[in-house]
Amino acid sequence: MRRASLILIPYLWLLALFLVPFLIVFKISLSDTALSIPPYRPQLDFATGWQEIRDFFGHLDFENFTFLTTDDLYWKAYISSLQIAFFSTIFTLLVGYPIAYGMANAPDHWRPTLMMLVILPFWTSFLIRVYSWIGILSNEGYLNQLLLSIGLISEPLHILNTNTAVYIGIVYTYLPFMILPIYSALERLDTSLLEAAEDLGCSRLTAFWLVTVPLSKNGIIAGCFLVFIPALGEFVIPSLLGGSKTLMIGKVLWEEFFNNRDWPVASAVAVILLLILIVPIILFQRNEQKQREADG
Amino acid sequence: MRRLTWFNTTALTFGFAFLYLPMVLLIAYSFNSSKLVTVWAGFSTKWYGELLHNVAFLDAAWVTLRVAVVSSTIATILGTMAALVLVRAGRFIGRTVFSGMIYAPLVMPEVITGLSLLLLFIGIGLDRGIFTVVLAHATFSMCYVSVVVSSRLATFDRSLEEAALDLGCSQISAFRLVTLPIIAPAVISGWLLAFTLSLDDLVIASFTTGPGATTLPIKIWSAVRLGVSPEINALSTLMISIVAIGVITASLVTKRNSLRRQAEERAAIQT
Repeated sequence: MRRASLILIPYLWLLALFLVPFLIVFKISLSDTALSIPPYRPQLDFATGWQEIRDFFGHLDFENFTFLTTDDLYWKAYISSLQIAFFSTIFTLLVGYPIAYGMANAPDHWRPTLMMLVILPFWTSFLIRVYSWIGILSNEGYLNQLLLSIGLISEPLHILNTNTAVYIGIVYTYLPFMILPIYSALERLDTSLLEAAEDLGCSRLTAFWLVTVPLSKNGIIAGCFLVFIPALGEFVIPSLLGGSKTLMIGKVLWEEFFNNRDWPVASAVAVILLLILIVPIILFQRNEQKQREADG
Repeated sequence: MRRLTWFNTTALTFGFAFLYLPMVLLIAYSFNSSKLVTVWAGFSTKWYGELLHNVAFLDAAWVTLRVAVVSSTIATILGTMAALVLVRAGRFIGRTVFSGMIYAPLVMPEVITGLSLLLLFIGIGLDRGIFTVVLAHATFSMCYVSVVVSSRLATFDRSLEEAALDLGCSQISAFRLVTLPIIAPAVISGWLLAFTLSLDDLVIASFTTGPGATTLPIKIWSAVRLGVSPEINALSTLMISIVAIGVITASLVTKRNSLRRQAEERAAIQT
């Protein structure tokens, strides 16, 4: 009895506030836009019973999805989200790996402090961390002031409101997600393997490529997914740092919803974003599972 | 053969400079007396004074704080229950769906979570306001809490609880007297995580809030869309300092506790 209520309370909560809302999104993505409040014409009314449900499946309406394929704004937004998320993941890896590597090689008594320095930004407001880059990257910002004063450039670089700024923003805010899993893989690495490789005639660089990188593979994979998955649906970074030409699907969804008030299309955008995300999420889960079994 | 080469040192220096320079600049320029944020015109704390008189910000801060306290408390209770289910309940019908619902919100884009909750609230005719934001925050942060708590529960030695049961404890008092004190650090850090997630959240709150329940991130958001402002710098500085003090204190306390425990264990072995 007690066990049943222990299971039921969180279960029902999640069903009501997580699963059911998704079904509603799915349902509304199939309904027509209407000029009313709420601004859509319901397609399925569960209250009217079976007849209604049969009718519903009889007249399934994929109009909003067809609309998404005809307007190339959406295609471009999906492609450019994938592109931005992919390249920023690679940049984050390139920036994060050396830091994690340095942390793993640091003296033992430094490590707790270094660890805390990586985690601390994670606790500070995401919005504020993104905002701090506006002052740096703007035309009269600190970066341009610095470059102008040392004479490296003669007129200000235009970085804010471009995709470059979005890349910088993603690398900056998601860096801890990349560093932590790689660091924990590198920290467990048995260093005698490196000594053995060097004894057998490897240079330090070859030993790094042949021993360190393969042994930190799981950390790299975990870090990449932890950056790629949230970056794909990112909204705050492209709208604060990106320009009008920056197309990311999270931003499109937001604008479709709040500015155009087209709820059915916004819902259809959400459904497709979810379908795109399922593949990396499943791959990520598998990687985690494999690692747990290996640690087992 | 761990050695700190020049390469490691450079990577660490540049890496941490990259992580911290933007925040340092933000904090430094919050003490700038000029209205032009990027031009230094002398030290001043006037923006902090203005902040204290900005009723809109203070109201939003109060709303945010109430939402965060209530939602993180609900999230901690539900999340701990969910963790117990995940680790202890064994097989039951719908277990896969359950663990899916625990892990999915962690990777779900906020725009989708926000949109779906809003459509639910409208669908059932719930007036949007502080209450709906609390529901939304409690839902996504309970998943974080349950991940944190279940990783502690997985390494928990059940024989301690069995011993308590053998010695005549009821199940509830065994949980209260043995299990809860042992998993308490995880429950507390779960609460803190839920609290900061709620303080931070812009996207889900924007979707689920209604008139009269503007949270601080929503207020900051509408201000920073117009560009950098010294008042926002001052506000950010306050928020960063509070978090930094909190995190550093928490880690010092945990460190002291673990040192004390080690010392006690050593003393116990010697006697």
